[in-house]
Amino acid sequence: MNIAVLVKLVPDTAAQIRLNSDHSWIETRDLNWVLSPYDEYAAEEALKTAEAQGGEVTAITYGSDASAEALRKALAMGAHKAVHVKKDGFTDLLGTANALANVLKDGGFDLIFAGYKATDDDCAAIGQMVATLLDIPCITEVNKLEVGDGTLTANREIEGGHEVVEAPLPCVITAQKGLNEPRYPSLKGIMMAKKKPIDVVEADDVAPRVETVSMGYPPERPAGKIVGEGVEAVPELVRLLREEARVID
Amino acid sequence: MAYQGVDYYHLDELLSDEEKLVRDSVRDWVSERVIPVIDQHFRDATFPGELIPEMAELGLFGPTLPEEFGGAEIGDVAYGLAMQELERGDSGMRSFASVQSALVMYPIYTWGSEEQKRTLLPKLARAEIIGAFGLTEPDYGSDPGSMITTAKKVDGGYLLNGAKMWITNSTIADLHVVWAKLDGRVEGFLVEKGAKGLSAPETKGKWSLRASVTGEIILQDVFVPEEMRLPEAHGLKCPLMCLNQARYGIAWGVIGAAQACYDSSLNYSLTREQWGGPIARHQMIQDKLVEMMSEITKAQLLVWRLGKMKEAGTSTFRQVSLAKRNNCRMALETSRVARDIHGANGIADEYPIMRHMMNLESVYTYEGTHTMHTLIVGSDITGIDAYK
Ligand SMILES: Cc1cc2nc3c(=O)[nH]c(=O)nc-3n(C[C@H](O)[C@H](O)[C@H](O)COP(=O)(O)OP(=O)(O)OC[C@H]3O[C@@H](n4cnc5c(N)ncnc54)[C@H](O)[C@@H]3O)c2cc1C
Repeated sequence: MNIAVLVKLVPDTAAQIRLNSDHSWIETRDLNWVLSPYDEYAAEEALKTAEAQGGEVTAITYGSDASAEALRKALAMGAHKAVHVKKDGFTDLLGTANALANVLKDGGFDLIFAGYKATDDDCAAIGQMVATLLDIPCITEVNKLEVGDGTLTANREIEGGHEVVEAPLPCVITAQKGLNEPRYPSLKGIMMAKKKPIDVVEADDVAPRVETVSMGYPPERPAGKIVGEGVEAVPELVRLLREEARVID
Repeated sequence: MAYQGVDYYHLDELLSDEEKLVRDSVRDWVSERVIPVIDQHFRDATFPGELIPEMAELGLFGPTLPEEFGGAEIGDVAYGLAMQELERGDSGMRSFASVQSALVMYPIYTWGSEEQKRTLLPKLARAEIIGAFGLTEPDYGSDPGSMITTAKKVDGGYLLNGAKMWITNSTIADLHVVWAKLDGRVEGFLVEKGAKGLSAPETKGKWSLRASVTGEIILQDVFVPEEMRLPEAHGLKCPLMCLNQARYGIAWGVIGAAQACYDSSLNYSLTREQWGGPIARHQMIQDKLVEMMSEITKAQLLVWRLGKMKEAGTSTFRQVSLAKRNNCRMALETSRVARDIHGANGIADEYPIMRHMMNLESVYTYEGTHTMHTLIVGSDITGIDAYK
């Protein structure tokens, strides 16, 4: 089985994000970069599937030289080879998806995994866009997967329940938390990764159609609200927790 | 906030991609697998044996050895970083890895027969067998050359008699590397669990390294077949060379414990309020924090340079002594200051401070006490031996 996994390097999810001086982008100095957590699930599932069915896993990323670190992490986890679709500067989602689809379309992949979203821009779009461009099915936010002969069965968490979906191969799967327990790269895996090939292809220079105009910090948290005192306040508190905060059913 | 480690001098820039990946992988594993369970093991005085297969899977046993013997061929700096991260969890975890790698796999790799290397090293790397290293005796600690454990040549092998004490993992070991005198010279023997006349009772009542098991090795006419003697290990310098490997790992490891204490102290002093504000705003608290952080930074530079020399094959055991001595004291003092900064909370197991502090008392003493390393370096710079 020929498997691809799309991976992206993102700032550590625990990092305190600051903006640069003109608020046009985030300040990237002193940031700790990690493989996007959902891409870790995607990579783990790709590896598990290859181990169970036989075959190879190709990790693919899109971006600047620095973003290739995502590939080294995927290779250290056990991916067999990697492709770096190189591009400096800003691109929009469609530009990214196009560049990835261009690489994927000639690869003969049976399965393409991606995180359901990257934890930096939260767009949750690349998997679907790539599938559309390749004209193959896409199942999003998968938390359980069984790959059979030419078909697969996936489990998706949906509001208030779950959904079981079948699709033929080739197919794009976007990974949700719960799909698996990503492995820790072993010391051997890390050393072997050094010897694995990373193919570099230049992305077409397409002008982005969407532009980031400015960035800002989230508003200060509003002050707490006192809804009343004693027992009388309870119904109103419960109503607010249910309807506004939506933390109880 | 995920743990980040101390990097005031941007030492990450000195590390290769592989070295950083090794560090990060072990760091994540320790955060997710060790730290949540370690306090309970420490309280119960048990080693987290359930984590041994995961450690093997990560490749923490004999990682510098060639692949054919189960190693990953990582460099000495990457090895040091792995030890640092393990000890950030607990000195007991690092001790376990040190014993298996530096004190058991290293002597077999260095002085073992081809047969011993082929059969034992891969199994030790996968932790299918657990090793222990028996040098210290009840009456001979800093002066192991005076040991009284003996080996006597008999038909087809040797008979060992004597007792070893303070042996990490002795109670759970499948294979003991035992140092004994044969005709007055120190030689290495591989004693298998279950050998007739061998017992390994646990040493109870430790207030330190409680999440690591320590015991004795008692040898009463234990027969060791010829093929289980380390054929190339002759003389006291062999166990000392093993210790040199382990001390190198300790010099890195204790930085992890110190970083855990510093990290907790920084967070605590920013959130603990007295006199209407965080205690971190007091000059004397800042002085303590800066002192800790600056000592950690120096210790990091020391081991990084030592690691580079070790990789180049130019480091001396005396330089290793200097780093072990300096960094263990640094870590122990850091833990004591951290204990102070945490006030009463400093003695509670909600914080890792007291556990690290108690552990570091052992680390300060084992693998050559602080004083012994002073005397080793002292003898080097003056040309005068002062230990006898
Ligand atoms: C938890 C733990 C695990 C251990 N694991 C192992 C193991 O796996 N294998 C193993 O072989 N050993 C192990 N050890 C033993 C350890 O290496 C010894 O404890 C250490 O070498 C010191 O020996 P000692 O305890 O006999 O102290 P001693 O040698 O009796 O020293 C007592 C004091 O005298 C000082 N002293 C000694 N000589 C001199 C001198 N010439 N001048 C000035 N001061 C001196 C020392 O610095 C120390 O302060 C372990 C110890 C501990 C605590």
